[in-house]
Amino acid sequence: MSANKETLGRTVGVVLAVCLVCSIVVSSAAVGLRSLQQSNAAVDKKTNILTAAGLYEAGMSKAAVKERYEARVEEKFVDLATGEYVENPVAATGKPFDMYGKLAKDPNTSVKVEGNVGFSRRSAVANVFHIKAEDGSISRIILPVHGSGLWDLMYGFLAVSSDGNTIEELVYYQHKETPGLGGEIQNPAWMAKWNGKKIFDNGEVAIKVKKQAGSDNPYAVDALSGATLTSNGVSNTLQYWAGENGFGPYLERQSWKS
Amino acid sequence: MASNAKEMKKALFGPIIDSNPIALHVLGICSALAITTKLETALVMSLALTSVLAFSNLFISIIRNHIPSSVRIIIQMTIIASLVIVVDQILKAYSYEISKQLSVFVGLIITNCIVMGRAEAYAMKSPPMMSLLDGIGNGLGYSFILIVIGTIKELFGFGTILGFEILPLVTNGGWYQANGLLILPFSSFFLIGGMIWFIRTIRPEQVEPKD
Repeated sequence: MSANKETLGRTVGVVLAVCLVCSIVVSSAAVGLRSLQQSNAAVDKKTNILTAAGLYEAGMSKAAVKERYEARVEEKFVDLATGEYVENPVAATGKPFDMYGKLAKDPNTSVKVEGNVGFSRRSAVANVFHIKAEDGSISRIILPVHGSGLWDLMYGFLAVSSDGNTIEELVYYQHKETPGLGGEIQNPAWMAKWNGKKIFDNGEVAIKVKKQAGSDNPYAVDALSGATLTSNGVSNTLQYWAGENGFGPYLERQSWKS
Repeated sequence: MASNAKEMKKALFGPIIDSNPIALHVLGICSALAITTKLETALVMSLALTSVLAFSNLFISIIRNHIPSSVRIIIQMTIIASLVIVVDQILKAYSYEISKQLSVFVGLIITNCIVMGRAEAYAMKSPPMMSLLDGIGNGLGYSFILIVIGTIKELFGFGTILGFEILPLVTNGGWYQANGLLILPFSSFFLIGGMIWFIRTIRPEQVEPKD
């Protein structure tokens, strides 16, 4: 215990030294690991897309995910109002396209949302993914969807077959629903129920989640027991995104066929 | 520096049962409640907390004679916070899936009372080697509780251990009806309470005297 350690100068000196050392450690960790973290986030997103495409196998390595993604997936940008393909609106900035980030907030790039899906603005342009079969033809279209569940927004991918009407998969990759109840939206048994359901009945959005839907009903999926609000959320999400304010014009136009 | 083998052993293994930070001092309950739903997250959280605790104790102990007492808490917090950020960054880089599940709780290690408590109560007064061992020991004590609770919750809540199916669930065509209560965070209250009861039954000296 040195006698003079409580002086003002000494205190300021020790604080500055500790801050300096800590800031160097923190910033070098952040900078040194950034590329790994970004590649993790990118691989995570590709994994989710491949899952929705039905091309993901459990235990695939990062390199295998990247390779398969590059071979089979093509990212496209859709102007939701017209359903036509457009250029990547953020290509000039060099940043990855994120329809849930700035694009959904800036009044110049977003539109107001009516109804009860849980968000008040959305990006005017959305990114969709073409999934190519082995022979190069387009087998599935993957649409990003999101909407509120019980606790928070749920983010997922809806995979639609090339007829623009038949659902292949509905994969939720980010949500805060109660594990065991609403969290069952990620249960493979429930996810399998979506396969083969139809979105449109005579041009109207018919797909919904309801109680005792029955497996032979082509437009409805059984609600999750104990998770009515989550089920309603999924239903509202799909109604919105398949409807005229969402991907409706795109699915009707079938832009991927031209 | 009279740190003989017996003292070191006590610093390292004492906190597992005899002076467990969760069971005896009832510190760090918040994260123990929240992230024990699955054993895997409990393991990673244990590892993260143990490493933060060990290194914060070590560094604080090294500079303990230079820390002015008027700003000692702030300096401890700065060191702890820096270590937590580093651990968080490492998790995001090398264990992305789990870091997503742990989400905010890694960051909350900063406010975990065990880390502050050990820094203030032990590392400020003890030499670096003993502080390091004390940090690892208390980390192990925390880990012990988390692992036991994580195992119970995952086994009876999901029917799995580390993702491998042990009890086949009714929803997947098996016979076991999962216990929904155990999946929810607050069920850890009962389990931690039960463990404190159990530990105080085999170690009656931990029971607090009646007022």
